[in-house]
This record gives sequence, structure tokens and C-alpha cells, in this order.
Amino acid sequence: MDTVTPKTCYGLGPNHVVMGTQQYALDVESIRADFPVLDRQVGGDVTTPGPGEGDDTPLVYLDNAATSHTPEPVVESIADFYRTYNANVHRGIHHLSQEASVAYEEAHDRVAEFVGADGREEIVFTKNTTESENLVAYAWGLAALGPEDNVVMTQMEHHASLVTWQQIGKKTGAEVRYVELDDDGTLDMDDAAAKIDDDTAMVSVLHVSNTLGTVNPVEALTELAHDHDAYAFVDGAQAVPHMPVDVGEIGCDFYAFSGHKMCGPTGIGVLYGKEAILDEMQPYLYGGEMIRSVTYEDSEWEELPWKFEAGTPVIAQGIGLHAAVDYLEEIGMDRVHDHESALASYAYDRLTEWDDVTVYGPPGEERAGLVAFNLDSVHAHDLSSILNEYGVAIRAGDHCTQPLHDELGAPASARASFYIYNTREEIDALVDAVDEARQLFA
Amino acid sequence: MGIGGGSDMYRQQILDHYKNPRNYGELADPDFSHTGENPSCGDTITVDVRLADDGETIEYVAFSGDGCAISQAAASMLSERLPGTTLSELAEMDREDVTDMLGVDISPMRIKCAVLARQVAQDGAKLYEGDIEDLDVTKTED
Repeated sequence: MDTVTPKTCYGLGPNHVVMGTQQYALDVESIRADFPVLDRQVGGDVTTPGPGEGDDTPLVYLDNAATSHTPEPVVESIADFYRTYNANVHRGIHHLSQEASVAYEEAHDRVAEFVGADGREEIVFTKNTTESENLVAYAWGLAALGPEDNVVMTQMEHHASLVTWQQIGKKTGAEVRYVELDDDGTLDMDDAAAKIDDDTAMVSVLHVSNTLGTVNPVEALTELAHDHDAYAFVDGAQAVPHMPVDVGEIGCDFYAFSGHKMCGPTGIGVLYGKEAILDEMQPYLYGGEMIRSVTYEDSEWEELPWKFEAGTPVIAQGIGLHAAVDYLEEIGMDRVHDHESALASYAYDRLTEWDDVTVYGPPGEERAGLVAFNLDSVHAHDLSSILNEYGVAIRAGDHCTQPLHDELGAPASARASFYIYNTREEIDALVDAVDEARQLFA
Repeated sequence: MGIGGGSDMYRQQILDHYKNPRNYGELADPDFSHTGENPSCGDTITVDVRLADDGETIEYVAFSGDGCAISQAAASMLSERLPGTTLSELAEMDREDVTDMLGVDISPMRIKCAVLARQVAQDGAKLYEGDIEDLDVTKTED
């Protein structure tokens, strides 16, 4: 592995960091020190959480598209909230409640700034990306869609949007359409231009495919949607953690992502929506927090974004997400992106050295930081089990893109996905373990 | 990196059954035949069973299918195990009997692969005996 020549995309600029014999776009060694879990050994009893007897294999964590790990500053921010100013928000006059309320509101401001939204009014905290999708589908879709309308998605869509709009389509009579893919796993934009028409009310597309690694031209798709007076919803669950995203530049009407894939905690997702549109939409969940005044007969809604955050909201998670955004911005999203692209490109090159490995999606340089693949002779689940014996954590299955896997002609695939703390040595470990599996099944 | 303890889950027996499946194919005149699948894995198994003259003892078993090593090896082993047992003994086979038969620890995420063939055989027998009706295909996630 030391003989491998670093890719040119690692660059050799002033920000260049050398770790061992490798050069990286960011300081991997000091980043890894923020993630104690990466030092874990695995392989023993899985019924008791945490390190234990029989854990003797170093962990190689390559399942970041499923969830990323949480750096110490984020863990600390959440622990600090619970230890020192835990209180419910927006309803107490007492000191702790005010501290918690300010921190929770500022988390919205920070996230707004991070993705280029105009302000907290445009940032709704949800449970996850899926809930963000459902919020728009229920609050806007059920009211606005009818049999004369259509919703356009893509063949690579994640179940989060695919199932949601499919079912809203069944409820409203709206037709659901899927933009087809070219052979290299990119969108067929001619098909997009044909399917998005004057009856299209919503174009809901992935920013980055969690299976193919394709980065979709969301600006162009948004423009197509707007040319036909349709809204554009972008699912950025695999984009915001990994590259600079500016919703203003994209121009989309809605944008969704999750905290736990970007160094934040589980239990928090984000819905960005243009203020004018969110203002017109009716709430999706009713209850406390989201009301300004209530009588036995009627209720008035709170202002944005609280109108969409019924009940006690995700306070600790919001504070943790704020810390996660701080953490990523300190590294720099450009460098995060460069580091992952280099790793994905390296993994793509190493895996495609073999004729019996099929890698899905576009070539290395054009893809996001993940590689889904299959080894001819070994089912993806068997492969994942064997990789696990070597401490290598990947995802095996359909990655919540079952219709796409039908298109690919594979019920399942193995997927390695990378983040800021991964190294080329870990990809070498992956490739070596894949080779062991090949030999075991030969 | 360390090589942790070898591939326990894929001990020689399972790989042997996967690479050289026993009783693979279809029976010419089965008393019952049933199919099942793990939709999320893409594993499929069809089990054909012929009974002895007593109508209770399993005489021949054949299986066909496609999928991961665990699901296919479990079917192969089951096809060797079942002849000589009765339908009521088949009905009593539980998850532990399957993992004992496989002789390895099966991780919780893979257990449905391991039990697919057993479930298919049991559902086939229930359909044959009229204990259940209207089951086209067994799905382990149901």
C-alpha cells in the first residue's frame, strides 16, 4: 500500500497533511483522535453493547452513509446540555428554560447559515430526512395534489421519498413518474425534460445517490421544475454531510437532511423550505409548541419554524447538531469533499482491478464518497459477514433502494462509504478482506 | 490488520453444502412443493417433499433456489435431515434446531436466511395437511 502513488486530487497545497506515508486533504490523524469509537476492537459478543470479551479485531468503519460517528465536541455539547442547562424550551420563564430556548433557537440559525438559508424561519427540525419528506408530502401534497397532477422522482430514489410520494399519489390520484438512468448511473436529463411537464406539481430528487454515488444536477432539475411551475424538493441526506451545499444557489423550494450522517446525533433531521411556501402550508402535526393561542373552538399557529415543531422538540439533538456543524465547518466542507472523493476514487480503482467485481455508478472522480459493489461468486450478505470477521463494517442489502436494485439486476449489494476519519489503509483492509472472501468461496 | 479467528460463520460444512448442494433439483411426483423468499435478500427456496405410504413420514426431499450461502446450505442440510422424520416432527423444528444443524453461530441479522428452508418446508406441510390455506409464497419477514 505504501507503493501506491497518491492521486493528483490529493493535491499538494499548503493545507496538505501527511499522515504516515499518506497525504490527505485534511488532518486525518487529529480528526481520528476526536472519535474514540474508531479505536475499538470488535468480533466478540454482540448481545452486550460496548467493548467486551472476544473483541480482538480492530474496527474498520466504512458504513458512514448509514450513519457517521460522533466526535467528542458533539458528545460534550449534548452532555453539557443535560448536565448544566437541561430544560424545556419556549414555555419557562425560569433561567434554565431561557438558556435552553436560546441554544435551541440558535441551532436553527447556525444550520440556516450552514446551508445558505435566509434564516431560522426556513429551518424546521424534524426526526430525520424521512420525516422531512413526509412533512411536505402530508402538509402540502395531500392538500395540493389531485388526479390531474404528477410527481416526478428518479429511478435511483431512496425509499424515504419514493414510498412517501408513491403513497401520497395513491391517496390523491396524482401520477408518480421516475426519471430513467443512463448506463453509467447518471440521470437521463432528456428523460427528465420529457417527464417534467405542465402537469408536474413536484419534482423530488436525490442530491447524491446513496447507492450509486451519483451527484445529481439539482440546479438544472430545479430549473426544469420551475419552468413548469412545479416545486423542487431535494433529498440531501448524502450531500450535506459531505460537500458544501447552498440551497440558495440550488434554488430548490425544499431541502432535507439528517443530523446523524454528519457527525450529529440521531433523532434530528432538517427541513429547509422557502419561507413564503412554508408560510402558506398548514401544520403537519398538531399540539403544544406550535400554537400561538388556543380556545375550545379554534387555534392559531405559532410563527415559523415553530408552527411545524409540535410538542417538546428535539432540544438536545438540535444543540448537538449545532456542534456538529461547527465541527465540520472548522475542518472545511471543501476539504471534507476532497478527502472523500480521493478515498472513493481510490476504492473504485482498487475494486475495479478485479474482473469479478461489479461496481455500480459513475467512475471514481465523478462520484460521492461511497462505492456499492458485488463480487460475482459471493452474495453481498455473505460478503458482509466475512468482512465483519476482519473488523470491516460495510452495509449489505438494498440500501433502501429496492426498485433501483431491481433495475441493476441485483437483489443486494455491498456498500463501503467513507468519511473524514477514513484512511487509504482502511480501504486496503477492505480490499484484502474482499479477497479473503473470494478465496473462501472459490 | 489482524485476522480475527477465521471465518467461524462459514465453517467448512456450510461452504461445502453451498458449493455442492445435496438433493438439489425437483422431485418428479412430490406430495407437496412450496416456495419461499427473503424479499430484502433475494434468497429463494423451493422445497419438494414426497411422503412414505403412511402419509406421515418424509421419504424424499429436494430443493432448488438461489441466494446467500447460509440460506442455500441450510436448505441442503435440511434435505438430508428430513427423510425419516414425520410431518409432526417437522412442525416442531424451531430456530435452535436449525442453528444446531448448521453448527455455527448465526448473527441476528442473518437468522432469517438460516430459517428460510425450514419455514418453507413447514408451510408446505401445513398447506398439504390443510392447516393453512391461501399461502402462495412464504416470506420470512411476514
